[in-house]
Amino acid sequence: MARVPALVLTLALTAAACGGESGQSASSAAESGGFPRTVQGVVIPEEPESIVSTSASHTEILYAIGAGSAVKATDTFSDHPAAAKATEKIDAFNVNVEAVATLEPDLVILAFDPGDVTEGLAALGIPTLLFDAPGNIGDAYAQIETVGAATGHEAEAAELVAAMESDIDQILADLPIPTAPWSYFYELDPTGFSVSSETFVGSLLGMLGMSSIADAAGEPFPQLAAEFVIDANPDFVLLADTKCCGASLVTLGDRPGWDALTAVASGSVIELDDDIASRWGPRLVDLIRTVAGEVYGAP
Amino acid sequence: MKGGLLRLRPTHLMVGLAALAGALLLGVMVGPAGLSPGAVLLEIVDALPVLEVDSGLGDRAAVIVSEIRLPRVVLGALVGGTLSMAGAAYQGVFRNPLADPYLLGVAAGAGLGATLAIVGAGSGSSLVPVAAFGGAVLAVAAAYGLGAAAGGRRTGVTLLLAGVAVAAVLTAAQTFVQQQNADSIREVYSWILGRLGTTGWDEVRMLAPYAVVSGAVILLHARLLDVLALGEEEAGALGVDPARVRATVVLAATLATAAAVSVSGLIGFVGIVVPHTVRLMTGPGYRSIIPLSMVGGAAFLVIADVAARTVASPAEVPIGVVTAFVGGPFFVAVLRSSRRVVAL
Repeated sequence: MARVPALVLTLALTAAACGGESGQSASSAAESGGFPRTVQGVVIPEEPESIVSTSASHTEILYAIGAGSAVKATDTFSDHPAAAKATEKIDAFNVNVEAVATLEPDLVILAFDPGDVTEGLAALGIPTLLFDAPGNIGDAYAQIETVGAATGHEAEAAELVAAMESDIDQILADLPIPTAPWSYFYELDPTGFSVSSETFVGSLLGMLGMSSIADAAGEPFPQLAAEFVIDANPDFVLLADTKCCGASLVTLGDRPGWDALTAVASGSVIELDDDIASRWGPRLVDLIRTVAGEVYGAP
Repeated sequence: MKGGLLRLRPTHLMVGLAALAGALLLGVMVGPAGLSPGAVLLEIVDALPVLEVDSGLGDRAAVIVSEIRLPRVVLGALVGGTLSMAGAAYQGVFRNPLADPYLLGVAAGAGLGATLAIVGAGSGSSLVPVAAFGGAVLAVAAAYGLGAAAGGRRTGVTLLLAGVAVAAVLTAAQTFVQQQNADSIREVYSWILGRLGTTGWDEVRMLAPYAVVSGAVILLHARLLDVLALGEEEAGALGVDPARVRATVVLAATLATAAAVSVSGLIGFVGIVVPHTVRLMTGPGYRSIIPLSMVGGAAFLVIADVAARTVASPAEVPIGVVTAFVGGPFFVAVLRSSRRVVAL
């Protein structure tokens, strides 16, 4: 069993997921005019008519800003909106430069570069944008604006951001956010992987006055020991593994020892949609609304 | 050849048992939940029949001790003892110092089974251990079948080579399935790197029968492994059927390994480091190596697990990483400090 490569890949995936130094601030966006234009240092000669996205978040953004008709191929995780499912499919973790080039895209969007895909595509003259995971909601807005600029849909992108901002303001408006934050355990999978408050999703929950028990580990995506979670006895448990792994309030209560959690006994377990909870597209508003509703009562 | 089922020097046994007792104590007292070690001990005493002690721990802390920490320590001891016993047995059967419990494709078969179950049913599924166990047993059966078909008489070498071939094919299949299902890649790696279950006593109940039965069979064959060490012909002359001994011991060791792997994933190095360390201490002779490997392996893995859950506390480090990282240098130190040659 090849242990070393496995470890290396795990680390690489983690590193990729932890990116988050918002290097992509509001981009050198459109010189509000035509193409060619330069976005994130990449020259895009004309308005893209054939886009490949290997990032489910950015696929959602593309459709939400009216660039959906130009989306030609997406990765296997891109399943929203429904139209994205009907596009050609490629493997996000094994992007094959040659296969992508055959599709003759005029814009490629990546959220993970397993090797030198970005360079490989650039060498073929295909404009390629690589996005890190955002660190906070400002980064997410900036990415939406960048995608807007890259596709010639900057007006719609600005509208989308404004709408998201106003929706979130409305959700947050009358929340009785306590001075001492609610503590939570956020479950990424049943083996104890979690998120700290420093991650993107952690920052969204922070807006709702919530703080992760995983912060004690000092890393963004630690694998927490079960006894630590039970000892910490968080106010809320958020399950982001309901679709992948069938986690629910019921399965949580069945785990030995977990019924001792106050959150399990009182039903303060929030079952999230894995996909909505792990993406930073327009639906992050839904995530905030769902959690706000569960923590503070109906919106 | 002197008779007797086992041949243990009292000092060796005492050292082994003391190490195990120390490891178990440390294992229950240390953990990220930060419970007072004394209260934890009282809680365990309280859990014993008849005795009533007030540990001063709250309900939740008591649950942590009885439902999470204790089963984990016991599971670590069982898995460690099983893997190093199986390693010692394989080394005896194949008269090869590099033999480990995963030799005949057990790891690859279990890996494929577990990956299929994780991809199909999610990592929380109770199918994962069952599928891992099935995959491990099928892999060894395939290695045996191929070895028989290729070698006519099942000599150790043909069997080993068949195991290598089976493992290569199954590992390729496992990697392929895993790459096709990238969304469950983290769960698959988490399993492959090994971890001691957090689902209470279920895993212990699952592994214990296999560990006990296989352990008994292998202990009963320890003397025959010593005879086998003289060479196939000599063993035959002494009235021992090498092929039959080999088949019995390999079957027992495989079932035990498959059961251990199915509950803990692939924890490497225990099956090599511990038997060789024991051998360096006691000299050759499977009547002492096998029982002491059981005890030593149990102690080693419990300690490794303490490291796994405290080094980055409250985050966990995969225990397979700890066993290899600690086991490698430790083993080199043992080799250097020993004047003995690694002989079988």
